[in-house]
Amino acid sequence: MRLWTWAVALVAALTVAGCATTAPVAKGGEKSAEVAPAKPRPLPPGLDPMVRADAFPSTYKPLPSHPTAIVGAQVFTGAGQLIENGVVLLKDGKIEAVGPGLAVPAGYDVVQGKGKWVTPGLIDAHSHLGVYASPSVWANSDGNELTNPVTAEVWAEHSVWPQDPGFNTARIGGVTSLLVLPGSGNLIGGRGVVLRNIPARTVQDMKFPEAPYVLKMACGENPKRVYGSKNRAPSTRMGNVAGYRAAWINAADYQRKWDEYRAKVAKGEKADPPKRDLGLDTLSGVLRGEILVENHCYRADEMAQMIDISKEFGYHIAAFHHAVEAYKIADLLAENGICVATWANWWGEKMEMLDGIEANAAMVNAAKGGCAIIKSDDPDLIQRLNQEAAEALAAGRAAGYQISEAEAIKWITSNPAKAIGIAKQTGSLEPGKRADIVIWDHDPFSIYARTERVYLDGAISYDRFDPRYQPRSDFELGQTAEGAR
Amino acid sequence: MRKALLGACAFAALASAAQAETIAITHAHILTAASPGEIADGTLVIRDGKIATLGTGAAAPAGARVIDAKGATLAPGFFATNSSLGSVEVNSLGNDLSVDNPEIGAAFDIQYTLNPESILLPVARLGGLTSAIVMPKPGRGRRGAEDDDETSSFTAGAGSESNSHALFAGQAAVVHLGKGDNIVTRAKVGMVVPFGQAGAGVAGGARGAEFVALKAALQDVRDYMKNKAAYDRAGFRQLPLSKADLEALIPVVQGKMPVIADVHRASDIRAVLKLAHDEGFKVILDGAEEGWLVAADIAKAGVPVLLNPTNDRPESYETLAATMDNAARLQAAGVTVALESEGGDYRARETRYDAGNAVSHGMPYAAALAAVTINPAKIFGVSERTGSLEPGKDADLVLWTGDPFEPLSQPVAIFIQGVQQTMTSRQLELRDRYKDLARPLPPGYTHP
Repeated sequence: MRLWTWAVALVAALTVAGCATTAPVAKGGEKSAEVAPAKPRPLPPGLDPMVRADAFPSTYKPLPSHPTAIVGAQVFTGAGQLIENGVVLLKDGKIEAVGPGLAVPAGYDVVQGKGKWVTPGLIDAHSHLGVYASPSVWANSDGNELTNPVTAEVWAEHSVWPQDPGFNTARIGGVTSLLVLPGSGNLIGGRGVVLRNIPARTVQDMKFPEAPYVLKMACGENPKRVYGSKNRAPSTRMGNVAGYRAAWINAADYQRKWDEYRAKVAKGEKADPPKRDLGLDTLSGVLRGEILVENHCYRADEMAQMIDISKEFGYHIAAFHHAVEAYKIADLLAENGICVATWANWWGEKMEMLDGIEANAAMVNAAKGGCAIIKSDDPDLIQRLNQEAAEALAAGRAAGYQISEAEAIKWITSNPAKAIGIAKQTGSLEPGKRADIVIWDHDPFSIYARTERVYLDGAISYDRFDPRYQPRSDFELGQTAEGAR
Repeated sequence: MRKALLGACAFAALASAAQAETIAITHAHILTAASPGEIADGTLVIRDGKIATLGTGAAAPAGARVIDAKGATLAPGFFATNSSLGSVEVNSLGNDLSVDNPEIGAAFDIQYTLNPESILLPVARLGGLTSAIVMPKPGRGRRGAEDDDETSSFTAGAGSESNSHALFAGQAAVVHLGKGDNIVTRAKVGMVVPFGQAGAGVAGGARGAEFVALKAALQDVRDYMKNKAAYDRAGFRQLPLSKADLEALIPVVQGKMPVIADVHRASDIRAVLKLAHDEGFKVILDGAEEGWLVAADIAKAGVPVLLNPTNDRPESYETLAATMDNAARLQAAGVTVALESEGGDYRARETRYDAGNAVSHGMPYAAALAAVTINPAKIFGVSERTGSLEPGKDADLVLWTGDPFEPLSQPVAIFIQGVQQTMTSRQLELRDRYKDLARPLPPGYTHP
């Protein structure tokens, strides 16, 4: 049903776009309208949301690379295997082959991996790098548009400062892709953006090509605290729910108007286009299944209500974030195909975090079809996602679950890739995927593990022993002890 | 015999029956945090809450309960340095860590705050922590209002910056994390004072003002000490500090109670060292992200440093030179370093991972172990009692499945003052309640 609506919309959009090329608007008020009275004019630029749906297109270009073979390492594929004495071949920015004892083609750079570990590039499904950049001063605080509880019209990428030094420290920690989200002060906080973690001049240069957009939503204490303290709605959890539903009603109504308009246009009938609304564009994109919902929600009972709201309006929640009580409803979340992006060790700070437990991810993982993710939400933790995953793994084992490291590595690689819509491109070491790879000096589940090299699209983006591959942000230049980090 | 020993023990009043138990832990890989650093296959005997003996292959004494460690690692319990344990429950609902009361700053004493029943304590204990240095949180005064915008609502936390204007944030205490009514090991172990940006904030807006204010306050304390009688009959000039605060600062000006200086930037560290020298007070640096830049000065002054080894970002304009190598570089320069974890409360159990991160960034293993055991014990004056595995010290120790800094290692047994602790927490009860969702009755019917 949703797909059908979307297809109609697309056909209509193409029709309109086609008009734009074949029948340009005549200059100086000529009588072109009289020539073809049945054909409506194309909308002026910017008024039709479907004409240029991606108004800030990615200009990402991989760094220069050379065919490379990483030989003899223990390879976690991110797809559930640990390959002893593995060989990983990278070519043209893609993974060419992965396996034990593969022959190395002539002309490849050979990287000795004996005694080392290889994983897919880590993916952080919840970051605020760039929108809450370092140093964390008022001037860099651009993540929460706290002027209205529903700000679907804002896009996190318009706040991202590419010179945030945190991108570099995250890359040293092995993070190659990340979802940058607006904050959680609003019921609907706006669009998040998936980034490639390379040093860049513009955010467009970092945007992950063909990654879907996401919508940030938030349950619980934050929205009701922020707006309740301003003596406006929502000030309660029931106010929160009324706010979400009102927003989705507006979105569905907006979508209906555009559908009707496009249907008329397709039939050559006269039609008055709805006025474009940036917020409703985003929300209707969710209803069409094009934009993924990433929902900040701590408590189990609230997550269950958010699931019902998604069913009422016909959208799907890609992941609940934080979700420290996910273990209480692991079955419900798995049945609904919803991932859980959480921590191992964050709990208690506020009432909705009180019941957080270390084994949360492991218990989500244990449910049939469960999808567990360890994420950061933090510029420090993003540097050590592997350690947080190790804690979560240890807690799971202590709870009696049999979990292999090859399984647990998915919590910071392929599972987040799935939850943010980039699993076809990255997240595991499989032929044809982007060659996003980390070489570690110890088992990544060891506290002593440090990255030695990080590849993005087969190119060296960081090397611990080679200063040529240790980028510094503009902010760091000329500051105290520059480069000592 | 046992009773006689128990009677001789100064802390016998706190002892439970279990404390009298004699326990021998055999075949353990013992990390002592003393000399010798390591015993490959050792036996440690606990008697009357104390470590009686430890050594290679010693036989368990007759009548002792024997725990065969089977090669597991026995280490001193760790310290949560710069902690809030016992002073906070649900932080967004408030805490007992800071005071904004013109009559009570220096006099604020954290020892009266402590709640041994806090649900945070068992969680910390299961992270191998057996002691904590609970410290008042310094205020940020005017600078707090500047910096503290809505960021608290973007992430997990609910914001815990103190907007107190107190020049002196109050007095810290050492606590043990065992079950018991009185968890205070030693009170009044240091006076917390914010410096740098926070210090500027409490002094009215600029760093320079704080140093003037502090010197004046300390001079007032000296004048007060010499003229107490006149002060009491109101025959002395008006002093801005309350009598309680003046009294609290006497040990500071006498050089008996160290100032715990919350300070980050290299230039501010230098200024603090000079102030301490000029005014003759003892000082402990807390934070010190740029400490490595002035490591030689810190070492020369013989001043210890409390730091979080994972603070490596320019999180503020005071930490532009923050680096993961800070702990290793300071230690190599001869500075006594103690490690502290983020927040020191909910995530205090990360202390052992912090130590591991210090090791992977150049700190020798033994130094990192010391930095979470004997060093904080020495810095806060409790090393006679705890902080290492040596005969005569409190039996504060943890048996681990492997290297305690590794996340995949887990605690097997935890002893505090010789009492074996239960391996439970509210978190684990929640876990077990929801492990089996197919039970016929709702989870509410499942409890211990």
